[in-house]
Amino acid sequence: MLLPLAAVVSKAFGGGADAFWHAVSDRQALAALRLTLILSLVVTAVNAVMGTLIAWVLVRDEFRGKSFVNSLIDLPFALPTIVAGLTLLALYGPRGPAPFNIAYTRIGVATALLFVTLPFVVRAVQPVLLTLDRESEEAAESLGASPWVTFRRVILPSLMPAILSGGALAFARALGEFGSIVLIAGNLPFRTELASVFIYGSIQSDDTQAAAAVSVVLLLLALVVRGLIAALDRWGRRHEG
Amino acid sequence: MRGRFALRSVALGYLTLLLVLPVGFVFLKTFEHGVGAAWDSVTTPAARHAFWLTIELVAIAVPLCTLFGVVAAIAIVRRRWRGRALFNALLDIPFAVSPVVIGLALLLVYGRLGWFGDWLAQNGLRIVFAFPGMLLATIFVSLPFVARETIPVLREVGTEQEQAAATLGAGPFQTFWRVTLPAIRWGVAYGVVLTTARALGEFGAVSVVSGHIAGQTETLTLHVEDRVEAFDLTGAYAAALVLALIALLTLLSMNLLRRKEAV
Amino acid sequence: MTGIVVSDVSKSFGDFVAVDDISLTVPDGSLTALLGPSGSGKSTLLRMIAGLEEPGAGQIVIGGADVTRTPARKREIGFVFQHYAAFKHMTVRDNVAFGLEIRRADRAKIRSRVDELLRLVHLEAYAKRYPSQLSGGQRQRMALARALAVEPRVLLLDEPFGALDATVRRDLRAWLRRLHDEVSVTTILVTHDQEEAMEVAGQIVVMNGGRIEQVGSPRELYEAPANDFVAGFVGPVTELAGSKLRPHDVDIRIDPVDGAMEAQVRRVTHLGFEVRVELEAGDGRRLWAQLTREEAEQLELMDGQIVYVRASRRMPVALA
Repeated sequence: MLLPLAAVVSKAFGGGADAFWHAVSDRQALAALRLTLILSLVVTAVNAVMGTLIAWVLVRDEFRGKSFVNSLIDLPFALPTIVAGLTLLALYGPRGPAPFNIAYTRIGVATALLFVTLPFVVRAVQPVLLTLDRESEEAAESLGASPWVTFRRVILPSLMPAILSGGALAFARALGEFGSIVLIAGNLPFRTELASVFIYGSIQSDDTQAAAAVSVVLLLLALVVRGLIAALDRWGRRHEG
Repeated sequence: MRGRFALRSVALGYLTLLLVLPVGFVFLKTFEHGVGAAWDSVTTPAARHAFWLTIELVAIAVPLCTLFGVVAAIAIVRRRWRGRALFNALLDIPFAVSPVVIGLALLLVYGRLGWFGDWLAQNGLRIVFAFPGMLLATIFVSLPFVARETIPVLREVGTEQEQAAATLGAGPFQTFWRVTLPAIRWGVAYGVVLTTARALGEFGAVSVVSGHIAGQTETLTLHVEDRVEAFDLTGAYAAALVLALIALLTLLSMNLLRRKEAV
Repeated sequence: MTGIVVSDVSKSFGDFVAVDDISLTVPDGSLTALLGPSGSGKSTLLRMIAGLEEPGAGQIVIGGADVTRTPARKREIGFVFQHYAAFKHMTVRDNVAFGLEIRRADRAKIRSRVDELLRLVHLEAYAKRYPSQLSGGQRQRMALARALAVEPRVLLLDEPFGALDATVRRDLRAWLRRLHDEVSVTTILVTHDQEEAMEVAGQIVVMNGGRIEQVGSPRELYEAPANDFVAGFVGPVTELAGSKLRPHDVDIRIDPVDGAMEAQVRRVTHLGFEVRVELEAGDGRRLWAQLTREEAEQLELMDGQIVYVRASRRMPVALA
């Protein structure tokens, strides 16, 4: 596992640090990296809100078919990513029946990323919500807090570590995602090209130096996210006891 | 009360637009030209070969990953050794790294111009753009699942039962086989299901090292892409449906196992 | 006037009737205990008074106003939970200030009020700590300060000392009694511990199976229980010649006296100050007596010895 990754790093710096910088600061590479970072952040933010909301509905609400909806959440983990991309293309693509077309657009890419990262926040928040101390919510209520204030001041702080760590996992996944966006992105450099697609393209055109350089940037980002997750984990436990 | 209904509508609406409608639509599209057309397109030689190649990859990769996962989990939870924390952190690399980067990494080591390229070529061994490379890629991406699912279960089970078995005269192997393994079996099984789903559905890493030779190095997921690019949408949908059905099975077993685990 | 009047209140959970047509008056400024075994409906009744549970039927009036459909947050109550319900991510100070902040009190006022309450519950040195850094007793005192900070019209305590160990529980009981003398807010305490109810409360409501068995002062309940259940729940009961009495009201004599029955000593158990004597009466029935150490020393009882027993005081009501 380590050996192949070492090969990537060595290839990236094979031509010296200058070559690495040259490859990374290439306009197309830079655009791909920037778009990857921005879309991953957007997708993570949407996940943080929608994932928490879905987890809330699955834990606190009662309705028919809830257990079916609950198992549906795992679908993106079970479904091959290329199939996920294909389904979105079929419905929301140029020949789909939807009144809009998101194929070959940034919105399309973001949608694909939302599809594959859906379970992370939901599955991180759900167990925390289940074990939450209902008495402290009632305490807040008895002290005069409205439902919204209770959520913001009492519930949300308890959920925050789970939301952030689920969000970090979703972010890491979005950074490197490839399968689901291949079909829907249409590989338009500067417009819809993500880092992973750029790397793939560089490999196909035998520019492994550029591919390796951008890969190293992705690896570094992944490393930072990992550190962040570990730190969040410790932070989340700080008031336990 | 109204607030609760609004939240439920937003959550279900989001899931419907993002998951249910697209997946459901592909089910419909597959049979647009009749069941016969769909059947024909998943039984072309290329599709059949892709199907069996995928099964072969899964059949080899999953047992290897499972074995590694259980051993790694025990090594992390039950043994004290230097580098344990580092090993634990490294285990997650495949989760943190883009599949494309994994493919590139394998290419740079085993490829024609890679570190071992010359040596492999001299000995007539072919890894990249061939089955061994695709197997390596599949194993790489699906390696951590079993360990990750087993570790928490192993922690929770604790060592009391194992110590009890030891005081009753069981050797290490007997203890593992008769006490530890039954206790962690649902965790391992859950990991196996996830591993299978991942191995089956892997696209990026395999795509880089396969070379896309139809009828030779094309898995089902690659076949889906190939069909889309050849504008054979019925073929793409049909192959996707096969994968989706397997995913559905996976989903069912995930639910079943989660319930078992909770008991 | 912040007395509480509960009229014909019922509450069911599915098929289970938790509270069955209860009416009750809690006088202004009193400390009333709801006493009963688990499942007797006492917590449900308290939660309905708080607004945390909605009654299936009936009416609840606090301080003259019908609050039956008023949400908890508008009832101006203070509620203390068995497991503290501390806000884990807030310091002790922030916990206590929470209700005042909700009411948008000005900062200086919040500060001085919180300081005052922290002094009252002896936590002034812990203001900057998090709940996880406090002991159980300290957490519960913090919860009390938090409930009292908003100057509630009534204070509702749901098994507040139930999760604490015996010594801490005893200290907190005495402390609560003193606190009530000082603050004198109408208070209802739910407990399953008769000793706790008797020590703290002026009025005790004994509940069983969703109904009220008896309401009275601790002494009334002990000396004049309305029925077997109350008699047995508030103290030990034994039986002599068909009538029920407290074991310390069994009079043991070495020599025969008028109205006494012959009995044989079966076992003498020394429990420090108290000595327990198990006896078998002439009619073959077993009973037991509670003596002080002095009494036991004077009698010099031995296993198998024949003695004469009579009731020095019976319970006034003929119990079924």
